[in-house]
Amino acid sequence: MQLDPALQAIDIPQDGDGPVFEEPWQAQAFAMTVKLNEAGQFSWSEWADVFGAEISADTASGHGVGNTAYYLCWLSALEKIVTQKNLLTTEQLSTRKAEWHEASEHTPHGQPIEIHKSRK
Amino acid sequence: MASNHKHGDPLPETVLRVKSLESLLIEKGLVEAEALDALIDRYENKVGPKNGAKVVARAWVDEEYRQRLLTDATAAVAEFGFTGAQGEELVAVENTDKIHNVVVCTLCSCYPWPVLGLPPVWYKSAPYRARVVREPRKVLEEFGTLLPDDMEVRVWDSTAETRYLVIPKRPKGTDGMDEEALAQLVNRDSMIGTREAGKLPVAEGT
Repeated sequence: MQLDPALQAIDIPQDGDGPVFEEPWQAQAFAMTVKLNEAGQFSWSEWADVFGAEISADTASGHGVGNTAYYLCWLSALEKIVTQKNLLTTEQLSTRKAEWHEASEHTPHGQPIEIHKSRK
Repeated sequence: MASNHKHGDPLPETVLRVKSLESLLIEKGLVEAEALDALIDRYENKVGPKNGAKVVARAWVDEEYRQRLLTDATAAVAEFGFTGAQGEELVAVENTDKIHNVVVCTLCSCYPWPVLGLPPVWYKSAPYRARVVREPRKVLEEFGTLLPDDMEVRVWDSTAETRYLVIPKRPKGTDGMDEEALAQLVNRDSMIGTREAGKLPVAEGT
């Protein structure tokens, strides 16, 4: 089997140190996944299958390099596995996202963004 | 992040997705905010390739430890208190004058977290994952690692169940050095197999 020419063209990044996470959301997505696994909500093999499928699709579409692309795959996989395992529904996620969006638009700069406590 | 957004700007889509997951999982009692923070702190500040360097240096000076590491690496690194949360098995593979080992995860980024922390960007990249299997010598050359023609190269593909730690060759001229000084010679990449030990101080490989 020939190596995908798209991959031949990309250099392997040669990062030395760099932070473990480039942005806080990456760390949060990572930590939630590890904690749910530790709590027995899914096995690490189940996670690797879902995450691997995301990476594979991302690579096929010409991405697959860099921390941001990597953690976007991680996040998509986490959203998939929590719904597959019936921990959350896609509807809950989209409703909550709209609430955060709304709250962030109406919060002045410098104030902590909060959604209505009464919604809990 | 929140600190960067201007008045009235919505948060980036990605941040909204993560906040939504986090707030819902916390409300349902599936994760705890403090536990998430503690885990992030652990991986940002406490777990890293210095753990693996201690293991390798011990194996270089203590033949009995080396044997234990090669026989059951999971148990041998646990002697240092390095244990994995994902229940995976750790396998140590040793570089010799005839064999050079290099590790990849072709599926995603399985990696021995307890001894090396989280993987570097290149390990997670598509070109490394694809190419090191097909043309390991060429990839190693790009890392500055030139192997003799008669050296056998073994590529180990990590899985969710099995992770690999390369024991690099002890650099020449280090006979008089103690374990602590030797650990300084063990860089992160040498424990993945893309470089040799002693080429970079460990601080640069963190």
